Amino acid sequence: MSILEVKKLTLRFGGLTAVSNLSFELEENTIMSLIGPNGAGKTSAFNCLTGFYKGSEGEILFKGQSIFRQKPYRITKLGMARTFQNLRLFKDMTVLENVMSGMHSRTSAGIFGAILRPPSQLREEKKIKQVSKECLDFVGILDKESRLARNLAYGDQRRVEWARALATQPQLLLLDEPAAGLNQDEKDQLVSLIRRIRKDLGITVLLIEHDMGLVMKVSEKIVVIDYGQKIAEGTAEEVKNNPRVIEAYLGKEDEE
Amino acid sequence: MGNSVGLMDRFRKILGLRKTQGILLAVLSLLVILLPLVANNYIEEVATNTLFYIVLALGLNIVVGYAGLVDLGYAAFFAVGAYTTGIFMKFGLNFWLTIPIAILFSVIAGIIIGGPTLRLRSDYLAIVTLGFGEITRITARNLKITGGASGLVGIQRPSIFGHILNQITDFYYLFLVLVVLAIIIAIRLHNSRLGRAWQYIREDEDAAEAMGIDPVKTKLYAYMIGASFGGIAGAFFAVKMTAISPETFAFTQSALILLAVILGGMGKIPGAILGAAFLVLFPEIFRGIGQMRMLLFGILLVIIMIFRPQGLWPERKG
Ligand SMILES: Nc1ncnc2c1ncn2[C@@H]1O[C@H](COP(=O)(O)OP(=O)(O)O)[C@@H](O)[C@H]1O
Ligand SMILES: [Mg+2]
Repeated sequence: MSILEVKKLTLRFGGLTAVSNLSFELEENTIMSLIGPNGAGKTSAFNCLTGFYKGSEGEILFKGQSIFRQKPYRITKLGMARTFQNLRLFKDMTVLENVMSGMHSRTSAGIFGAILRPPSQLREEKKIKQVSKECLDFVGILDKESRLARNLAYGDQRRVEWARALATQPQLLLLDEPAAGLNQDEKDQLVSLIRRIRKDLGITVLLIEHDMGLVMKVSEKIVVIDYGQKIAEGTAEEVKNNPRVIEAYLGKEDEE
Repeated sequence: MGNSVGLMDRFRKILGLRKTQGILLAVLSLLVILLPLVANNYIEEVATNTLFYIVLALGLNIVVGYAGLVDLGYAAFFAVGAYTTGIFMKFGLNFWLTIPIAILFSVIAGIIIGGPTLRLRSDYLAIVTLGFGEITRITARNLKITGGASGLVGIQRPSIFGHILNQITDFYYLFLVLVVLAIIIAIRLHNSRLGRAWQYIREDEDAAEAMGIDPVKTKLYAYMIGASFGGIAGAFFAVKMTAISPETFAFTQSALILLAVILGGMGKIPGAILGAAFLVLFPEIFRGIGQMRMLLFGILLVIIMIFRPQGLWPERKG
């Protein structure tokens, strides 16, 4: 079954068409990558999926339900989580507090819960901490839970973003260039983490990535876009030998 | 006694104070509690006024400090509370029963101002809240039920357990209770799911929304809570003064409360307390030098803001 169906998605910024007539499907419990040269429209497409940009035309179905032009927080509640290409941590909060934000969509205490502190609220707070710690443990930085996010090494800051997205308890996880700025060792750990996210947590993964080695290693399916349009789709092997893909990448190499 | 020591200790930890500071806090609390035994009427009056502004500053701190929203019309909520209590008491309602109505009306005012405007950028929000403050004051000036330009007079003094509260000492303790409640509520809100949501939004609204937080609803909660602090303070203000007039709620009033929050350090509870105390006490202490004191006051504020833009209260290091 498809967990995500993108149908003829178009996004225009004035005269510029960032995403053009893009269609693809994502099977449940797979790892798929969206690739393409710089400026191809990958992040824009992600932003349409997660509600940060309102698509101009088309349809997006998540678990069979339309999420086209929905608000981001609603989409997160439905079970789609994302990370940002440029780190967007809550820098002056601790690592644990950062990850606790993810549990917001799965909890409910409000004004009176905060002021009167009934047992249900205390239980909820405990649960939030516990799940958040599990997520930190899963990405391997539980020992840094009480550090301020801004004081972490870059690679660890990336992990906080992943843990935070996992804490929303998603069914679909969208990662926007998660390997950017990581060293080879960290990239290898990322590969195994992505596999564990799918295998142990049963979460479907959609990935934007520049590192071709990494993409080829983890993806079961790859969609290639250029100038906002889909130019190829298939397995790593199929995409690698596609002449249009080779042209798109070779023609743009100097820009990277 | 052991219990109260434990309580002080917990309080100290929540406020992030060291042991020596904790002792200082205990001594300070004792002084505040015993003050009416030694002070004359004038000092008690000033101290009561200080407590009153602390409640307002703690309320505005939730909007400005916790949620990071601009509000240049906070006096409007305080006005709504004061007038609601004043009017309902004129109709014969008991003071204590007017409080929930005052809260309700000020929360409604908070929703009216916040609902449509919280989607706006913060500079627009500044203008809208400023306008809202002025509209409230001008409306009070022109309506019959609010007593027009001369306002409401002859508001009854409330009583508690048959004892009529009409001494300054009564109001001193009444406001002290309000301050303690306001501090407890402010601390609890800060350390809650809602308090964290405000902080997430303040740090990065997009990231917060990606985590499933509804920014408009969360900000609206800040407005509603801030408004109810203002409304409660207003209700007590009305019975303390026994008379209220529209000019009490002018823009300078909103500006003063905002100044207290910024001066103390936005988002910090001890900061809001310190800021409010400073703003009330300074002009009183320098009363002797007449008009010069406002000039000195202004210069001092500018100097503080240049050298401590983060406010008087020190930042907590993580
Ligand atoms: N908010 C925006 N306003 C205007 N143009 C945008 C905006 N976001 C992206 N673009 C443009 O859309 C195109 C695709 O950008 P992007 O989606 O970031 O590409 P990629 O992630 O594939 O590198 C680029 O030409 C970019 O300049
Ligand atoms: Mg991008």
